[in-house]
Amino acid sequence: MSAPLTSLDRPNSYIGRALPRPNAKRLLAGRGRYVSDLKLPRMLYAAFLRSPHAHAKIVSIKIDEACAREGVHLVATGADLAKICTPWTGTLDHFKGMTSAPQLPLPLDRVVWAGQAVVAVVAESRAIAEDALELIEVDYEDLPVVVDIDGARKADGPLVNPGSANNTCFRSQLDSGVVDDAFAHAAHVVEEEFSFGRHTAVTLEPRAIIADYDPSAGMLTVHHGTQTPYQFQDLYSRHYNIPEARVRVIATDIGGSFGMKLHVYHEDMAVVGLSILLGRPVKYVADRMESFVSDIHARDHRVRARVALDAKGEILAMDVLDLTAIGAFSTYPRTSVVEGNQVIRLIGAPYRFKNYRATLEVIFQNKVQTSQYRAVGHPIACAVTERLVDMAASKLGLDPFAIRAQNVIPDDAYPQTSPTGYRFEALSHQACLKRLHEMMGYDALRAEQADLRKRGIYRGIGIAAFVEITNPSPAFYGVGGARISSQDGAILSLTPSGEVRCLISVTEQGQGTEAIISQIVADQLGLAQECVKVITGDTEVTPHGGATWACRGAGIGGETALQATRALKRNILEIAALILQEQPSALDILDGEIVDASTRNPRLPIAEIARIAYFRSDTLPPGTQAQLTVSHHFAPQGYPFAFTNGIQGCSLEVDVETGFIKLLKHFIVEDCGRVINPMLVDEQLRGGIVQGLGAALFEECRYSDTGQLMNGSLADYLVPMPMEMPDIVIAHVETPTADTELGAKGVGEAGTAAASACVLNAVNDAIAPFDATISSIPITPAKVLKALKRF
Amino acid sequence: MDLGETAVKAKAFSYFRAATIDQALDAHARAGDDARFIAGGQSLVPALSLRLQAPRLLIDITHIGELRGVRREGDALRIGALTRHCEMLSEPLIAEFAPLLHAAAPFVAHPAIRNRGTFGGSVALADPASEFPAMTLALDAEIEIAGLSGRRRVKADDFFIDLFETALEPGELITAVYVPLFRADQRFAFDELARRRGDYALVGCGMLATCTGERIDDIRISFFSVGNTPTRVKGVEATLIGARLDAERIAAAQGALEGDLAPPEGDEVPPSMRLHLARVLLGRLLGRLGEGA
Ligand SMILES: Cc1cc2nc3c(=O)[nH]c(=O)nc-3n(C[C@H](O)[C@H](O)[C@H](O)COP(=O)(O)OP(=O)(O)OC[C@H]3O[C@@H](n4cnc5c(N)ncnc54)[C@H](O)[C@@H]3O)c2cc1C
Repeated sequence: MSAPLTSLDRPNSYIGRALPRPNAKRLLAGRGRYVSDLKLPRMLYAAFLRSPHAHAKIVSIKIDEACAREGVHLVATGADLAKICTPWTGTLDHFKGMTSAPQLPLPLDRVVWAGQAVVAVVAESRAIAEDALELIEVDYEDLPVVVDIDGARKADGPLVNPGSANNTCFRSQLDSGVVDDAFAHAAHVVEEEFSFGRHTAVTLEPRAIIADYDPSAGMLTVHHGTQTPYQFQDLYSRHYNIPEARVRVIATDIGGSFGMKLHVYHEDMAVVGLSILLGRPVKYVADRMESFVSDIHARDHRVRARVALDAKGEILAMDVLDLTAIGAFSTYPRTSVVEGNQVIRLIGAPYRFKNYRATLEVIFQNKVQTSQYRAVGHPIACAVTERLVDMAASKLGLDPFAIRAQNVIPDDAYPQTSPTGYRFEALSHQACLKRLHEMMGYDALRAEQADLRKRGIYRGIGIAAFVEITNPSPAFYGVGGARISSQDGAILSLTPSGEVRCLISVTEQGQGTEAIISQIVADQLGLAQECVKVITGDTEVTPHGGATWACRGAGIGGETALQATRALKRNILEIAALILQEQPSALDILDGEIVDASTRNPRLPIAEIARIAYFRSDTLPPGTQAQLTVSHHFAPQGYPFAFTNGIQGCSLEVDVETGFIKLLKHFIVEDCGRVINPMLVDEQLRGGIVQGLGAALFEECRYSDTGQLMNGSLADYLVPMPMEMPDIVIAHVETPTADTELGAKGVGEAGTAAASACVLNAVNDAIAPFDATISSIPITPAKVLKALKRF
Repeated sequence: MDLGETAVKAKAFSYFRAATIDQALDAHARAGDDARFIAGGQSLVPALSLRLQAPRLLIDITHIGELRGVRREGDALRIGALTRHCEMLSEPLIAEFAPLLHAAAPFVAHPAIRNRGTFGGSVALADPASEFPAMTLALDAEIEIAGLSGRRRVKADDFFIDLFETALEPGELITAVYVPLFRADQRFAFDELARRRGDYALVGCGMLATCTGERIDDIRISFFSVGNTPTRVKGVEATLIGARLDAERIAAAQGALEGDLAPPEGDEVPPSMRLHLARVLLGRLLGRLGEGA
């Protein structure tokens, strides 16, 4: 553990302490304020007619009957909304050469995936709106469908965007060192082709939005279940041409997001337009079936990769081709190419080799868009790298721990730059490997495995090292022209009673943002945590900032809070010094008291400073203006990203007759820098791992060859459930970043990053005696039995 | 959720709560059969919400006393149609006299669904992936049916006709299922292969054998999730009658399975894989049966 920021035995030393989230009770008690629950006066409800075709021309739309239905207020088509909403395009400048077609809330003449919203109905109830949908007639003319990666890349195959030369959205190439040379001289080369199933976030609360346009004030208020209210304030303002100051986005409680609620959805944009057309609040909550066909998907990749090693097992080079299909558009405003970009840049990241080549090809197809979802690109990069490392180990007769120990960047060799251009400040692969080895009881596990094999029981052990991207700077989106902030802002006030109100731009999705911010503020000011009220998620109230995504909340939001608090503390001590006729430097704050800095003797309660400043300013020296509200912004500088690292391990059993996999135990050693709240960090790791295990074994959006989603319900799309989840054992190594005072990096995606890789390795380990291998995720019983040639 | 307004997804329907069987049958007829009986609602309500079904009238049968209760009648156990899945677990008469149903019940969905879903509803729906309909075959049960023209009993063997198609005529009601009492000379086994606990199985099987010592005098084996209906495997049964359950005999039974099952083309599970899984499951269950499980 790194040295704590403040001594942990001091009162109010909250940084590093496991404390429950103050808002957890409220949510458990059913007092959450979710957009789904919200009801506004005069509110109407929207429902959408969706395309049954994956690709078709819209010949005609007949809406008369639906319009005439009692209780229906508006039936709107693409043309109606195009009159008031400007189109958007999901490209960013730093992805050179990428293309994507302009998008509108509803299509004008062509549908490009099955499930795309085509016509909106607004009615007095959702039920009436749904009834009216059945009265709408849309005449379609089928167009050729682009479904899979091979179909999309066929030279004279059908096109998602007629008129374009091909279905390519983006191509990118990395080449550093001497790759061909390294392969030519390698003692060993291992190669594999991997495939990763599309999956989706499946939040407990589906997407929910209420747009409330008040024509009398020219003011748009949007209650939106999103991680990023500021981004949407900007987008609604610009696409509906409403001054930014007259757009308010409120994001209160959200039933899960995982990156899925960062993106512009056609229905959400439409709902804003519908409210503008009607001058009334309009609500839309996606139902589960709609979520499956309209929420972003992720991870549809096929990767061919090879690795060159010398005779001793030293990795010399990697060569990678990543093909990824992203749907019919690139998602706005964060695009659909970030995932692939991160895949090719993260492959090989834990290791020290320098020769690396990768090609990324991002492809359009007639499916719903993919985009950023928890651990963007990481699980793919990790699975490819770690499976190849295991394959190399078995080829060379090395133990998986040994080959990694030999190849990871040594803990004392930082800073380092990866061959893909990532700059690592300080990582701890060696320490993590060592800790995992002990924690798993690795040697005993191997002995048990050997024993059980003799009895026909096939256990597998897998490990997977990873590097995670956190705390992104403007290098992530800003440089590409996206109006997505990488800085955060906080406004802190000492209230007249001596408590603190903190308005901050990072947002809360149940992960405990408000908890850690209150810990940091209380810690740094010297106040009980209960005396700090944190307010998030309302653009009218909280300062503009990046909000919460890419594991930036603790690292950037936390540092913002820390610096803001220190500024407020200086101001408080200045007033205290005047009152006590001391130097500010001779004073400190401890547990709500101004104390003598050296003796810690209490001098005056902080509430007394507040009372005097607010109500008896006449008693302060002339010319004194107490500043008990401070505002502060913090933008990350130094390293463009704060990389974290860790390693996961697991033990599982494969039933070689049924292909069923039983997860026995999962382990993670993780280094997210300064741990602000160990309990919340562990929650993030556990949840993240479970999401990764879902991907490993269960989750996949399966499509027919006509582009229909085959399993778009929770009966058929399998999410991980508690009965199948193993115990998860967690340990930490702490390497704080020196870029901030706080030293915190992100942790939200670490669990997801390596869980599926770990399972992939363990399954392959289990079936190794049969000379069978698997390189496709999710690992279903069918794939296991196929590999074992059982049917 | 904002229940009143946002979540209403079903088409509007009328609702009638029947107090007696006659009232229920009558209401159905008067609605011109554009009606559905609703029991636990665990299959019907999702179908309504998805607008896969949109009847004009729902007839609530859950207040009809005659459809309730589990009791002995002669050498059979009468299980009222409204018996909840959870009662299959808690009712001592079931555990004693229909232990195969007791063994199957924990595999049916999850506790919340078992608290509402009914045995009669499950049998009437005849989902080929469901546990209970298949077990009525293994148990040689009789289904009691009430219609406007009176009562009749249909053997489980004659009840399941095709995909979601049974011997029930439109407007007929299942009142009870009669299961022969479990005897000391009988053995049973049940298991299924499901991806997650509580899911519909990729394949499942239950069996009931009557034995003299180690010799099998009679056996009924029924599979689910293998075709359009719950499926008895008579060819396999024939290989076992009069035999002892040794490894060789079990292998022979597994070999005969192919003749009894013809799993349909599935989206994720190809027929050959389903057959393979059925074979594995059959082997394991016969093994357990041989050990006297
Ligand atoms: C998430 C989920 C998971 C599930 N998993 C499983 C599972 O693993 N295994 C399984 O077997 N089932 C499963 N089910 C289905 C559940 O068991 C249903 O309860 C059962 O199939 C139907 O019983 P019910 O009483 O709910 O019937 P309802 O839903 O009320 O009715 C179903 C149909 O039967 C008719 N019906 C009902 N009672 C009678 C009667 N007495 N006479 C004539 N017709 C009648 C109705 O008109 C309707 O057409 C699951 C359900 C859910 C929601």
